[in-house]
Amino acid sequence: MKRTVSSVLLHAVLLLLAVATAAPLVWMVSASLMPQGQANTEPPPFFPSAVTWDNYRELFDRLDLGRQLFNSFFIATSITLISTLFNSMAGYAFARLRFPGRDRIFAILLAAMVIPSQVSMLPLFLLLKNLGLINTYWGVIVTGMATILGIFLMRQYALSVPEELLDAARMDGASEWRIYWSVVLPLCRPVLVTLAVLTFLTTWNDFMWPLIVLTDESRYTLPVALANLSGEHVQDTELMMAGAVVTVFPVLLLFLALQRQYIAGIMMGGVKE
Amino acid sequence: MKGAGTRAEARAAFLFLAPALGAIGLFFMVPVAAVLLLSFTDFDIYGLADSGNTRFMGLANYLTLLRSDLFWEALGNTLIYALVGGPLTVAMALAAALLVDSRLARFKGLFRTIYFAPVVTTLVAVAVVWRYLYHPRFGLLNSVLGWVGIGPIDWLGDPRWALPAMILLAVWKNFGYAMILIIGGLQTIPPQLYESARIDGAGWWREFRHITLPMLSPTFLLVGVITAVGYFQIFAEPYVMTRGGGPLNATLSVVLFMYKEGFRWWNMGFAAAVAFVLFLVILAFTALHFWLQRGNRE
Amino acid sequence: MPKVLGLLLLALTLAGCGGRDGDGRVTLELWAFGREGEVVQELMPEFERLHPDLRVRVQQVPWTAAHEKLLTAFVGEATPDLAQVGNTWIPELAAIGALEPLDARIAGSSAPSKIATNDHFPGIWDTNVIDGEVYGIPWYVDTRLIFYRRDLLAEAGYTELPRTWAEWRRMMEAIKARSGPKRFAIFLPTDEWQQPVALGLQNGSPLLSDGGGRGAFSEPAFREAFDFYLGLYRDGLAPAAGNNQIANVYQPFAAGDFALYITGPWNIGEFRRRLPPEMQDRWMTAPLPGPEGPGVALAGGASLSIFQRSEKKDAAWKLIEYLSAPEQQIRFYELSGDLPANRHAWNDPSLANDPPLRAFWEQLQRVAPTPKVPEWEQIATKVYEHAETAIRGRATSEQALAALDRDVDRILEKRRFLLSRRAEGRAEP
Repeated sequence: MKRTVSSVLLHAVLLLLAVATAAPLVWMVSASLMPQGQANTEPPPFFPSAVTWDNYRELFDRLDLGRQLFNSFFIATSITLISTLFNSMAGYAFARLRFPGRDRIFAILLAAMVIPSQVSMLPLFLLLKNLGLINTYWGVIVTGMATILGIFLMRQYALSVPEELLDAARMDGASEWRIYWSVVLPLCRPVLVTLAVLTFLTTWNDFMWPLIVLTDESRYTLPVALANLSGEHVQDTELMMAGAVVTVFPVLLLFLALQRQYIAGIMMGGVKE
Repeated sequence: MKGAGTRAEARAAFLFLAPALGAIGLFFMVPVAAVLLLSFTDFDIYGLADSGNTRFMGLANYLTLLRSDLFWEALGNTLIYALVGGPLTVAMALAAALLVDSRLARFKGLFRTIYFAPVVTTLVAVAVVWRYLYHPRFGLLNSVLGWVGIGPIDWLGDPRWALPAMILLAVWKNFGYAMILIIGGLQTIPPQLYESARIDGAGWWREFRHITLPMLSPTFLLVGVITAVGYFQIFAEPYVMTRGGGPLNATLSVVLFMYKEGFRWWNMGFAAAVAFVLFLVILAFTALHFWLQRGNRE
Repeated sequence: MPKVLGLLLLALTLAGCGGRDGDGRVTLELWAFGREGEVVQELMPEFERLHPDLRVRVQQVPWTAAHEKLLTAFVGEATPDLAQVGNTWIPELAAIGALEPLDARIAGSSAPSKIATNDHFPGIWDTNVIDGEVYGIPWYVDTRLIFYRRDLLAEAGYTELPRTWAEWRRMMEAIKARSGPKRFAIFLPTDEWQQPVALGLQNGSPLLSDGGGRGAFSEPAFREAFDFYLGLYRDGLAPAAGNNQIANVYQPFAAGDFALYITGPWNIGEFRRRLPPEMQDRWMTAPLPGPEGPGVALAGGASLSIFQRSEKKDAAWKLIEYLSAPEQQIRFYELSGDLPANRHAWNDPSLANDPPLRAFWEQLQRVAPTPKVPEWEQIATKVYEHAETAIRGRATSEQALAALDRDVDRILEKRRFLLSRRAEGRAEP
C-alpha cells in the first residue's frame, strides 16, 4: 500500500514537472496558430479560438523567412559535413598515429577548451574583414570547420579501435588515408553520427557570431532573423511565435529522431577523465 | 609498444591534422592571442577609417574598465547569474534525476525526453517566447501566479525581477542537460551499497545523505562547473528580452557589454580588454574546479 | 561521400559570389529603415520606368538595428550604394569617410529634378553640413511635438496648449488632479533621449562645450531643463515607464491613461489607423512650449546619402533627385506619413489642409540640431541611461548629470586627442 502511494505521488510530481517544462513550448505552438491579436488579451488564452495558418503565411510570403530557413540549413549542413570530416581526421591522428609531440599538442588543445569563444570574436571579425568574408556564408562556416570538442570525442572513440586491425592493414600495404577511410571510419559510425547531430544542433542554434558577421538580411540565419523581427514586430505576438516554431521545429525533430546518439555524445563529453 | 613511429606515419599525421588544426589555429588561436594585443590599443571607429588614428595605450583600457561602473554592474550581474543560476540548475537537475531514475518510475524515457527538450531548442526562439510569457498582463506566468493569489509582477520591467526572470529561464532551459549527466553519475553507484543500507534498515533520506550525495559529488562538481561556465557567457537572453541589458542595466552581462562596446560603438580596444577579463574570470573559476576536484580525490 | 563533398564545395564557391545582375541592368542597393523601408518600394516602379537601365533593390532594416548596421557595413566593407541616414548620424559617417560629399552634384543639378538648398528648411539642411561640405540630401523631416487629448484638456479648463513651461506644468497638474493616481498627464518614455535633450536645447544649453570636446550637462542651462523634466516623473505627472513596457501607446492614449504624448509625424497616420473612430476628433497636435515662449524642437529626419565605396554614384544621385522631387515627396508622405523635406511639397492640399500638420509646419521653423560630433549616438544613449537612474530615484539629478558628464568626457577623449593633434599640425610652421 505504501508503495502504491509513493508511486502515485512520484508520478504526480513527474507529470507536474513535465507539464511545467512543456508548457512554454506548447504555448508557443498554440499561439502561433491564433488569429492576430488574440494572444494579447488578459487573461492569456492557452488554446486558439480558431486555428489559422495566417501567421506562417505572413512569415514566408511577406517577410521572406524561407530564405533564412535555407540559410540556416545550408550553413548548418556545410559545417556539419566539413567539421565531421576534419574532426574525425584529427581525432584519429591523435588516437592512433604516432608522431612527435602528439600528447603535448593534444594537452594544449584540451586546455584551450576553457577559452570562451567570445574572446576571439573581435580580432576574428577584423581578420575576416581583411579576407573579405564579412557577410558571406564562409564567414560563418570558417568558425565551425573544426572544434576541439569534436576532436576530443573522436579520439576517445578511436582509442577503442583495435591496434591489430590497423597493423594488419599497414602490413598489407594500405596507405594511412585508406586505413582511415575504409577501416576506421566504418567502425566509428556511432561517434560520427553523434558528432554530426551535436554539430548540426549547435550550429543551427548559434546566434552571436552570425549576428556579428552577417549584415544582409538575405544572409541571416533563423536565430538572427528572429531576433531582428522581434525588435520590429514586438506587438505581433502570434507572428513571433510562428517564427519561433519555424526556428525550433527542425532541431527538435532531429533531436527526437536521434536522441540516443545525441545524449551519448553529451555523456561522453561530460566524462572527460 | 610505444615508439616514435615511422616517418611516413608522421607525415600522414601532419596531413590528417592540418585541416582541423589549421582552422582552429587561424580562426581561433590567433584571434585569441590578438585580443590581448588589441586590448593595449585604442582601436575604434576612427581607427577603422585610418589606422594612423590608433594609439598604443598600455594598460589604460584595463584601468578605464576597472573604473567603469557599467563594467562592474555587468560583472556583478553575470556572477549572480552564474553563481545563483548554476546551483539552482543543478538542484533542479538532481531532483529530476532522482525522480526519473527512481525504482518506482515508469515511462522513464518519455519523461527524460520531455525534460531534455528545452536544451535543444534555439535560445533566441525560447527567449522570444518567454518574453511574452513574462508580459505583466498578457503573460502566462502572471496568469498562473494569479491562481495562487500572487499579484502581477513586471518581470522584465522591474529592475529587481529582471535578473531572476533570466535565471528562471536558464534553469528551465538547462536543467535537462545537467539531469542527464547526473543520471549517468547515479548509474555508476554500485547497487550493493543501497542493498546493504536497506538491510541495515536505513530510510530513503539516510540513503540519500550517506550514499548518493557523497558518490555524486565529483559529478556535481563537473556539472556545476560546466553549467556555471556556460552561464558566464550569457548574451542572447538579455539581447532579445531586454533589448540591451535593461531595465537600468539590471540584465547587462559581461558579454553583452563587450558586444555593445565592440560591435555597436566600435570601441574595439576597450572591448578587447573586456573580453580578456572575461577569459581570466572563467579561467580562475575553472582552476578553482580542478583544485577542488583534486582535494576531493583524497 | 566524396560526391557530396564535391557538390558542396561547388555550391559554397558559388554562394561566396553574389549580387551579380543577370540582365545587364545596373542594380542600385538602397537601405531604408522601418516604415520608410516598407513603403519606399512602392515608389520604385515609376523610377525604373523613367530609367529603364536602372533597377533598385530596397533592403529594409528595423530602426533599432539601423545605426549598428550602417557602421557594421562600413567596417565590413559591405555598404550599399545609398541609404536613408538619420541626420544625427551624418557627423559620424562623414568623420569616418563613409559618405560621398555632394556639393559638386548639387551645383550641377538641373531641372526638372533640380535640388536646391532653398527648397529645404534651413535648420534641417544645416544638419547635413559638416565642415562646410554637404553629406546628405534631406529626404523627410521630423520633429517631435505634443499630441494631446483635446477633451481631457478641455475638462481641465484649457482650450489650447500653453506656450511656456510654467503654464504647461500647471495644465498637467490640473489634468492629473482630475484623472487620479492611476493615470497620468503625459507619457515620456524613460528610454528616450530626445525629450530631455530638446528641453535642454530650449533652455539654451549647448549640450557639449569646448568645441564638442566635453560634456556640458552639469551646467545650469541643462540642469534646469533636466530638473523640470525630472519633476514631471517625481510629481506623478508622467509614469516611470519605457517603450519596453508600454509597447502599444494607442490603447492607453485612447483610454485616457495619459493626455499628452511627445512624438513625431508618423503617429498622425498611426493615430488615425489605430485609435477607435470615436477618438478621431478628440486629439490634436501643438508645438512645444519653451521656458519663456514657444520653444525649439529637435531637427530630426533622415537624409539620403551616397556611400564612398559605391560604384554607381551617378545612378544613385539620380535616385536621390527623383525622391526629392515634390511629386515623390507628396506621394511618400501619403504612404508613410513622413513630412516632406522639400518645402514646395507642403503647398499640396493633402498637407496644407490637414489640421494636425499646422503645428509641424510652425515647429519646423524653430528647430535646432544636436551637436555634430561622431560620438553623438553613444552620448545620446548615455543621456537616457543616466536620466533613468534619476527618474527611478537611484540618484539625484546632480549625481546623474555629473556621472553623465564623466561618461561623455570619456567618450570624447579620442576626439579631443584628434582635435589637438590637428591643431598642432596646423600650428607647425
